[in-house]
Amino acid sequence: MVLQSIWFFLWGLLWALFFMTDGFDFGVGTLYPFLGKTDYDKRVMINSIGPFWDGNEVWLITAGGVTFAAFPLVYAVMFSSLYSALMLILFALILRGVAFEFRGHVDDPRWRKVWDVCIFVGSFTPALLFGVAFANIFQGIPFDRQGVYHGTLLTLLNPYGLLGGVFFLCLFLVHGALWLTVKTEGDLHERSVSAAGKLWGVLLLVAVSFLIASAYSTRLYDNYVAHPVLFSVILITVAALVGVRVYLAKGAFFKAWLASALTIVGSIFFGIIGLFPALFPSSIKAKYSLTAFNASSSPLTLKIMLIVVILFIPIVVAYQIWTYHLFKGKVMEEDLEY
Amino acid sequence: MDVVMLSRLQFAAATMFHFLFVPLTLGLSVIIAYMETKYVKTGDEVYLRMTKFWGKLFLINFALGIVTGITLEFQFGTNWSRYSAYVGDIFGSLLAIEATAAFFLESTFIGIWVFGWKKLSAKAHAAVMWVVAGAGNMSAIWILTANGWMQHPVGYTIRNGRAELTDFAAVVFNKFAILEFFHMIPAAFILGAFFVMGISAYHLLKKQHIDLFTRSFRIALVFGLVFSIFIVIEGDMHGVHVAETQPAKLAAMEAHWETGTRAPIILFAIPDEENERNRIEIGKIPGILSFLGYHDFNAEVRGLKDFPREERPPVLITLFSFRTMVALGTLFPLLTIIGWFRRNRLMESPLYLKIMVWAIPLPYIAIELGWVLAEVGRQPWIVYGLMKTSDAASPVAGTQVLFSLIGFFLVYGLLGAAGFYLMAKNAKAGPGKAPAESVTMKMDESPEVVSG
Repeated sequence: MVLQSIWFFLWGLLWALFFMTDGFDFGVGTLYPFLGKTDYDKRVMINSIGPFWDGNEVWLITAGGVTFAAFPLVYAVMFSSLYSALMLILFALILRGVAFEFRGHVDDPRWRKVWDVCIFVGSFTPALLFGVAFANIFQGIPFDRQGVYHGTLLTLLNPYGLLGGVFFLCLFLVHGALWLTVKTEGDLHERSVSAAGKLWGVLLLVAVSFLIASAYSTRLYDNYVAHPVLFSVILITVAALVGVRVYLAKGAFFKAWLASALTIVGSIFFGIIGLFPALFPSSIKAKYSLTAFNASSSPLTLKIMLIVVILFIPIVVAYQIWTYHLFKGKVMEEDLEY
Repeated sequence: MDVVMLSRLQFAAATMFHFLFVPLTLGLSVIIAYMETKYVKTGDEVYLRMTKFWGKLFLINFALGIVTGITLEFQFGTNWSRYSAYVGDIFGSLLAIEATAAFFLESTFIGIWVFGWKKLSAKAHAAVMWVVAGAGNMSAIWILTANGWMQHPVGYTIRNGRAELTDFAAVVFNKFAILEFFHMIPAAFILGAFFVMGISAYHLLKKQHIDLFTRSFRIALVFGLVFSIFIVIEGDMHGVHVAETQPAKLAAMEAHWETGTRAPIILFAIPDEENERNRIEIGKIPGILSFLGYHDFNAEVRGLKDFPREERPPVLITLFSFRTMVALGTLFPLLTIIGWFRRNRLMESPLYLKIMVWAIPLPYIAIELGWVLAEVGRQPWIVYGLMKTSDAASPVAGTQVLFSLIGFFLVYGLLGAAGFYLMAKNAKAGPGKAPAESVTMKMDESPEVVSG
C-alpha cells in the first residue's frame, strides 16, 4: 500500500517535471511565429531553448517509462485508449525536434518556412493535446472492464477536455513568454514582456474557469473535501500564479519564470491529488478504474525502480541545473554570427 | 488487414527507420570523441576541424535518431497494450531505467556539446563528447537487455495472470542479452567506421583536404578492423547460443527441415514452406550446421518439421536476412585488412577508395537485416515460448492503426528524404576552406550553424 502510494505521487511528480521543463519550450515554439518578427528574432528564440529542449523532452520518456514500469496496466490502457491523440503528439514532437536541427542548414527562405511551420505546429499541438488528455483523465475515460476504449478522438474533445487543453496551452504560453523575457534583449524582450502580461490575464481567467468547471465535470474535489488541508495545494498554486504577475511588474523576470514553474507543478498536482488513488478512472463504471492498488507492478519491481529513481533522478536534476547555469544569461548577438 | 498485422507493419517500419540512425550515433560518437581528444592532446588544429566536420553530420543523424526513438517507447502502449500489461513488470522497468540512467545523460550533454564550444575549456568540451558516447552505449545496454528478455525470458514467474519479476540479476545478466550487446555495439562501430572511411575516401578521390581525410580514414580504419574481426568471433558464439535457446530460429536460418545428426549447411536454398522442403538446394555440406550450432560435427540439430507449423518463423525472410548479414560480415574484415596494408598509400589506391565509397550502405544493410533476423526469426512469439505476437496487440480499431501507419510513412518518408539530402550536402561540402582561422572558427563555433 505504502509503496504503491509513493509510486503514485512519483508518477505525478515526473509528469509535473515534464510539463515544467518542456512547457517553456512548447510555449516559445508556439509564440515563435508571433514574436519572431525577423529571422534574427527567430534564431534568438530557437537558441534560447536550443541547449535545453532535448534534455527536457526526456522527462516525457521517463514519465512514460515509469508509467510502464510501475503501473503497466495503466500504461497499456491509457495509451491504447488515447491512441490517436498520442500519435498526433508524437508526430508533432518528431517534426519539432528535427526542425530545430534542420532549419539552419539551407540558406533558402522557403526551406526555413517549412521548418518554421513545423516548430509552431510541433509545439502548439502537444501543448494543447496534453491538456485535453489530462482533463479527460481527470473526468474519467470511457473504457470497460477489459480496458477497451469506447470512443474516438472526438470523444476527448468535449467541453471540459477542451478547456483543459486551453488551460495547458495558456500555462505554457506564459511560461515560454517569461523564458524569453529572461533570455532576450531589445525589441524582442519588450514584446515578450508585453505578451507575458497579456497572456497572464488570459491564463488567470482560464485557470479560474478550470477550477470551477472541475467541480462540475470531475470528482477531483472529493479528496479535498475529505482532507481540507489539501486545499493548501490550490492556494499555493494560485499564489504562485499571482506571484508571476507581481514579479513581472517588478521586472524580476527569472523569479516570475520560477513562479510560473511552480504554477505548472501545482496545477498538475491539483489534478493528481484529486485523482488519488486512481491513475486512470473509468467513466463507465468506477470499479473499472485503474488505481495505484489494482494496476501496479509487483512489489519487487516497485522496490527496484524506487532505488533506481532515488539514485538517478537527483543526479539528473543536478546536471540539468548545471546546464541551465552554464547557459544562463541572454542569448548574445555574437552567438548568432555566421 | 487486421490490427495485429497493421501494428506489426507499423512497429517494423518505425523500428527499422529509427535503426538507420542509432548505430551511426553509437559508432560515430566514439570516433568523434577520440578525434576531439586528439585535438586536446596535440593542439593540432586539423583534429578540431575534423571534429567539427564529423560533428555536423553526427548532429543531423542524432536529431533523427532521437525523435524517431520517442515513438517507439509509446508504441508498446498504443499498439501492444496486451503485451505491455503482461510483461510490463519486467520489460517496462528496463525501459524506464534506460531513460533515467542513460538517455537523460545523452540528451542533456549533447546540448552542452553543441552550444558549449565557448563556455567550456577544450578539455571539458571533449569530455562532454565522451559522456554522450558513453551514455548512448549505456542506453543500448538497457534496450538490448529488454530485447534479450523477449528473445530468452529469464528471472520471472507467471503470477496474477502476467509475468512478474523474481530475479533482477538474472534479467540483467541474461546471456542472450549480453551476446546481443557484444554483437550490436561492434556492428554499430563498424557502421560508423565505414561511414567515416567512405566519406573520407570520397574526398581523397577528389584530392581535397587530403591531410584531414587521410587521418580520419586511418582513425576509422582501426575501429573498423578491430571490430569487424571481433564480430566474426562473437557472431559464432551468438549462433551457438541461438541454437541452444531458439532452435526453431536456427532451423529457419538454415532452411533445415529434418531433424538429424551431421546436419548439413546449404549454401543456397529457396524454401517451400507449404510442402516443408526446399525447392532449390545448392551446395549441401554435411556436418557443418551441427558444427556451427554445437561445435560438434555429429550433433543432432532439430529440423523445422519438429515444430508445429504454427510455431515456425517465416523461413524465407529468416534465411535470407541471415545469409546476407553473414556474407556482408565476412566482407568487412576483408575490406579493412586490405585498408590496413594500404593505409600509407591511400592516395595511390583509387580503386580501393572507390570501393570504400560504395561500401557505405553495406553495414546499414547488414545491421538492419541482423534485426530482421532477430525479430522475424523469433516469430510467432513476441516473448519466446511465453506469449504469441497475435495475442499481444491492443484492442483498438484497425482504422486508427491504418491512419497512424500512413502518418508514419508520410512523416518518415519526408524526414528520411530531408535527412539524406542534408547528410549528403554536408558530407560533400567537406570541412570548409582550411584556416583563415578567425573566419572559419567563428563560423564553426556558432551554435547557430547547427541549430538555427
